[in-house]
Amino acid sequence: MRNFIKVMAFSLLTIAAFAGYSNFGIPLINPAPPPEEEQLDLETMTMDRFVAIGERIFNGKGTCTLCHSAVGGRAPLLDTVATIANERLADERYEGEADTGEAYLFESMVDPSAYVVAGFGKTGTNDTKSPMPDIAGGSIGMSDAEIKAVIAYLQNLAGTEVTVEIPAGGGADASEESESKGGQAAAAEPVILADPEALISKHACGACHKVADQSGALGPDLTRVGAGRDETYLRRAILDPNADIAEGFQPNLMPGNYGEQLYAKELEVLVAYLAGLK
Amino acid sequence: MTVNKTQRVRAILLLALFAWVVAAVLPGVDAGAAQAAETVAVTEASETGATAGDNNFQPAPQLSAADYPRLGSVNSRVAVWLAAQLHLWFAAFVLAVPIFVFIIEAIGMRTRDRRYDELAYEFIKVSIVAYSLTAILGGLLAISLLLFYPQLFTYLATIFKGSMFSYALLFFVESAVLYLYYYGWHWLQGGFKKWVHLTLGLILNAAGTTLMFLANAWTTFMMSPAGVDAAGVFSGDEWAAIHNFLWNPINIHRLVANVAFGGSIVGAYAAFKFLSASTREQRAHYDWMGYTANFIAVSALLPLPFAGYYLTAEIYAYSQQMGITLMGGIFAWLFIIQAVLIGALFLSANYYLWCGMGRSDGAVRYNKYVKYIAIVIIGAFLVWFTPHTLVLTNEELKSLGGPYHKYLGPLGIMPAKNTAVNLMILFTAVSFLIYRRTNKIATVAWVRSGNAVMMALFTAGILNILFLGIYHGYFTNTVYKVAASIPQVLTTLTIIVVSSVIDAFMYRGAKEVAPLHWGRIPERAQYALFLLAVAFTWLMGLMGYIRSGIRQHWHVTGVFRDNSVDAFTPTLGYAANIVSMGTILFMILVIFVFWLSQVSTRKTEVSGYWGQQTA
Repeated sequence: MRNFIKVMAFSLLTIAAFAGYSNFGIPLINPAPPPEEEQLDLETMTMDRFVAIGERIFNGKGTCTLCHSAVGGRAPLLDTVATIANERLADERYEGEADTGEAYLFESMVDPSAYVVAGFGKTGTNDTKSPMPDIAGGSIGMSDAEIKAVIAYLQNLAGTEVTVEIPAGGGADASEESESKGGQAAAAEPVILADPEALISKHACGACHKVADQSGALGPDLTRVGAGRDETYLRRAILDPNADIAEGFQPNLMPGNYGEQLYAKELEVLVAYLAGLK
Repeated sequence: MTVNKTQRVRAILLLALFAWVVAAVLPGVDAGAAQAAETVAVTEASETGATAGDNNFQPAPQLSAADYPRLGSVNSRVAVWLAAQLHLWFAAFVLAVPIFVFIIEAIGMRTRDRRYDELAYEFIKVSIVAYSLTAILGGLLAISLLLFYPQLFTYLATIFKGSMFSYALLFFVESAVLYLYYYGWHWLQGGFKKWVHLTLGLILNAAGTTLMFLANAWTTFMMSPAGVDAAGVFSGDEWAAIHNFLWNPINIHRLVANVAFGGSIVGAYAAFKFLSASTREQRAHYDWMGYTANFIAVSALLPLPFAGYYLTAEIYAYSQQMGITLMGGIFAWLFIIQAVLIGALFLSANYYLWCGMGRSDGAVRYNKYVKYIAIVIIGAFLVWFTPHTLVLTNEELKSLGGPYHKYLGPLGIMPAKNTAVNLMILFTAVSFLIYRRTNKIATVAWVRSGNAVMMALFTAGILNILFLGIYHGYFTNTVYKVAASIPQVLTTLTIIVVSSVIDAFMYRGAKEVAPLHWGRIPERAQYALFLLAVAFTWLMGLMGYIRSGIRQHWHVTGVFRDNSVDAFTPTLGYAANIVSMGTILFMILVIFVFWLSQVSTRKTEVSGYWGQQTA
């Protein structure tokens, strides 16, 4: 029995050491929750908002940045892809059916092997097969509207004309898209957040600012910002961040498109909250 | 005799239980499928009549959170997770043990050394109680799945109906052969009978391995589905579903890992018995058993990273997205934990060998090298342990000038880790080589040139591994970084095989100058064997989490979405806690099994209890 206790104690200590290291020795990252279908209110959609949604899909649900990023170099960067799309169409290696830059971008997402950028094909295929999946199917499962939003984002990113037309019809998530084909579309209600801390979390303000229990340091500390700034100043600082740069901080760090990302009501909720931080 | 009878009764009861579970599950498959199709929404494909092959199979169900049954406050995912993991641990053990029992028995027949036969019998004796537990836990897993994920179970059972039925039949075959193999051990001795017994061992292994392959098909189908269309409609070709993209890579990886795991658990058994031994003979016997078990575990551990690389490469080949989720996404930090575990495995295995050198007085010639081997293995462990990207606060990010550390960052990439693990494996092989030489002196005429060739082989190989790692890792593009690992692996394998062959010839007929004294090993070495078993168990649990986790929010990747409240991927810390809980349960059960095998040999003589027997 003594040995039983000794080996059990030793085993427990070993297990505790492994568990302790896993809990306290490495940073614990909360994986993103399962992706939800984008609820696109296409009836009232503006192009700026469509582009913003495309960016969100590009960085989120689409999982595009897993490969199309500077880290690792597994797939070509896409910051200028909309500019060079027409060159791809003229390339002798192009095997697709697109006739415009926009159609090429769409095709590249649903049939990636139509044109494989040199050096990025599957091993042993001489760049004729792409390792990229069809993003309309499988585990990514993007709807047509979502793919078009990503194209709009890529065209905007490249600085070219955004030629994509916002799809007509109502709500266009993957399941609703199928319904819209049958003419039974139903527009989804936009979700307007009334909780300022939820807004701060959603727009990741804490990545740069110290605010609402978050401790970013790239931008000014906002924990007492209401003591020295009025609502007019705060509203301008959100909508046009470079209008006034706080001393000791760099210009051009804060995105200038919060006017497009926030609903008017959300903007006012946020301004009132910040003004109250004294 | 009483114990044997008890075991037979227990075995019959377990078989009956398993038969009941199978009977309860299989006849309900079709009815269940129909019911599921009625109660859940079907996919667009079924609405449009787009079924694969115009058959009657339904698409994968589209469930909502409300479709998943709940049982009080029981967490469904944790319940199935623990049942599956415990079943897998025991199954791995009872499938692995007959593999090396068969080999040891064959060695005994070849050498006519009875000690091998007795050792093989003792190994199989340990696994026989564990076999019962495996069956119980398998039943528990099936019941858990039926209770908490009935639609998933039904969907899988619809596709794998044939193989599940074959599995049940094969289980009966395996059980029958196992019991015949174990209970007939002392009956089937000598001449032809011994060959019959060895053949039973072969059949036992064939049945066990086939069982594992079948179960692997169901698991890998969930990762890389085949034989179904985009909506999950089954084509009717079960072989296509079995022979899915990741089936063979998992088969190979699990087969090798099971042997290493089985060796480590038997090693822990020998350590436990060694610590409990009351006589010198017992200590000597269990010391030898522990050494043999450690040898088996390490022999399988050496090729395991290569099987792991193959599996990972195939995951990338199947889906780059899945591969990146595995290695570069949220699971990236898991491989730092894995490095700690692998480091613990290699260090404990080597430490045990170094302690074991004390069995022979001849070891003094080699003791001076141990510290250098230790330095290399620890250094390689630290490289493997070094993360590439650090999660930093903004202040740290600014002061570091980026997410990578100037000097340590380059050690975080795969070529550095590949180089480290190859060196770790090579120097473990060196530990083995010098251990084998402790009690002998080679007598062949070419001993000097043989040693020189081995030295040159190791030196050239190590330089080649370093060159491949540094040049291809830091001076070429991404494609070559990964590709360089293959010549590194080939170099390592070549060195191990060639040096083992040279060493075997060199020490054939060697003069024994300082005999091995089995049993002359410190008690702390036995704890190294326990560390090996615990680390292996915990590591298997952790890798089970990632294998399943890379499916993310899918029951079956891309075709059957998990919409339960537990569809999210848990944090590493949470997973580590569940794995720890499972490991504790497993260790309690395993040590209980060890204790049972000890109890079975005890006898209490009582007086005045039994009545007088009349003739």
